[in-house]
Amino acid sequence: MSGLRVIVGCKRVIDYAVKIRVKPDKLGVVTDGVKHSMNPFDEIAVEEAVRMKEKKLASEIIAVSCGPTQCQETLRTAMAMGADKSIHVEVDAATYENLQPLHVAKILAKVAQDEKADIVFTGKQAIDDDCNQTGQMVAALLDWPQATFASKVEKANGDLTVTREIDGGLETIKVKLPAVLTADLRLNEPRYATLPNIMKAKKKPMAKKKPADYGVDVAPRQSILKVEDPPVRQAGSKLDSVETLVGKLKDAGLVPS
Amino acid sequence: MTVVVAVVIAAVVVVAALVVIVTHLVWYSYTSSFKFLIQVTKLSCALVCQSGCVLETLDSHVQDHGLTMPLDLGAKGSCHIGGNVATNAGGIRLLRYGSLHGSVLGLEAVLPDGEVMDCLTPLRKDNTGYDLKQLFIGSEGTLGIITKVSILCPQKPNAVCVALLGCETFQKVLDIFVSCKSYLGEIMSAFEFLDSESMELVKENLSLSSPLQQYPFYVLVECSGSNGDHDEQKLTNMLQAVMDSGAALDGTVATDSTKINNIWALRESCAAALLKDGYNYKYDVSLPLQHFYSLAEEMRERVKDHAIRTVAYGHVGDGNLHLNVTTAKYCPATMALIEPFIYDWVAQHRGSISAEHGLGLKKRQFIYHSKTPAAVALMASIKQAIDPRGIMNPYKVLPQAAKKE
Repeated sequence: MSGLRVIVGCKRVIDYAVKIRVKPDKLGVVTDGVKHSMNPFDEIAVEEAVRMKEKKLASEIIAVSCGPTQCQETLRTAMAMGADKSIHVEVDAATYENLQPLHVAKILAKVAQDEKADIVFTGKQAIDDDCNQTGQMVAALLDWPQATFASKVEKANGDLTVTREIDGGLETIKVKLPAVLTADLRLNEPRYATLPNIMKAKKKPMAKKKPADYGVDVAPRQSILKVEDPPVRQAGSKLDSVETLVGKLKDAGLVPS
Repeated sequence: MTVVVAVVIAAVVVVAALVVIVTHLVWYSYTSSFKFLIQVTKLSCALVCQSGCVLETLDSHVQDHGLTMPLDLGAKGSCHIGGNVATNAGGIRLLRYGSLHGSVLGLEAVLPDGEVMDCLTPLRKDNTGYDLKQLFIGSEGTLGIITKVSILCPQKPNAVCVALLGCETFQKVLDIFVSCKSYLGEIMSAFEFLDSESMELVKENLSLSSPLQQYPFYVLVECSGSNGDHDEQKLTNMLQAVMDSGAALDGTVATDSTKINNIWALRESCAAALLKDGYNYKYDVSLPLQHFYSLAEEMRERVKDHAIRTVAYGHVGDGNLHLNVTTAKYCPATMALIEPFIYDWVAQHRGSISAEHGLGLKKRQFIYHSKTPAAVALMASIKQAIDPRGIMNPYKVLPQAAKKE
């Protein structure tokens, strides 16, 4: 089988190290002027796709991102890591706030069909919404098999053998191609893009599209009612003796009197 | 009779050593109780706090106000701001924000006679009399105990990115520095280097991994600014220039926190990695940049049969070299090869024998390698005037002989 064509979904999210602030209107979090980067799990997916290309299993990698203009930076990072080209599906900032996994899944499914992809690869979930839905929805829309939470991907004949991280440990399954994969943490350690590749990435093609080009309606299906900070942790108190501690535990009903 | 005198002297030395140790323990627990913030004034960007506040805590606190602390060092999770000021700590951001001599606006200190000297002001400019706080900054506790500090905090940068470059020779490191100054200008916030031995050290001893292949020298450049897009453009232009000129053979750029922290870890873990070899002969010198690496090369050659390794890394941007030799255990033969050779070499090349680590106990007698006798005599007069009974951190900073003058 000649090289596989891989679509990789890359979401631009607030950098994991940033202290998140709720907006004063309590309808979202502050994103202006805040550091963003590629969703770490998507980065792992890009890395795996690049490794597949290096092993001559994949022949072309197309990175896709849905969102405002800044998503182009995310795509350039993907191309610097080794993606051959990218597609920016432009969604304006206001609409983006209500963009849901189902919208993105519909877009990715269409892209996969247009590009005659063999694999749609995404991170297992995004670190901003933790939805863990997009990959699974793409598989359902395309009626393709899915191998989620992948921690190892191998090709054997015309199928993929994928080791998945599950609650009880590891599960190994075989999926026929074409398939949807979602990357888990231990799949690989993403490479650093080196300077020559960063420079080359600037010349790689980036197509600019809109959701309408794929026949997808991104009108909101949900509205956010409220976004709140988690409750502030109460300070503990220092006690001066074991007896006092036992007394307090008994008072709180945590220890039988 | 001489035996009795010898025993008495030995006893005095032991007691003195105990006094020094106890003073240090008391100092640390004392300042630990001074850990309250007093205020942050956003308009003037001044932070006023007690001296026992931990640097990292202060940094997190002022970040809520859109500010950042003007210094950053590997020990930020445990060091007290009072200690930073008393030692005039340098760190990795000195290149951008200057030294504490510039960013400390005021301080409150307790003098040896018990008097509380209140020079705590959040004002940016105050030319009324001698600037006493400058005496205390870097005094290593020999003039008084700093109890409160007022510091000017710069704006927190919105965008930070880090580049790690590999190059062939130290001259190329300097060429890259020149390019960075010209292309990056005001957004450059750190410029550090490691030699290949330092990179091998952290890989071997701490199992860290480098994003680049092996090169003789590595440069870490950090940019911080208010606009990520502008900064990226400047950084890209600089990288293109250094790649085209061949100054950099390869490199990588990081914009997300994980990668930025990983790249910084390579540089910041050098000190911890050295300890794993066994015994570390640690030196911190300032040198004119054209002689910077020659000292490391000469030292490596000198100790090659008597040491595990010689590594050099440091704040190239500030002309500050951290030169380290390691052996499995302390070895007098190795030490004899290192000192006083290193101090003599530095003095000959008109550098400083202690760029940021101070003099303390172990380097006080080498002060004359970097300061004239007249200057040291004036320091001794000042010490005498402020601390006539010599109770503040005795046996430190100034050499024994100077006290008699």
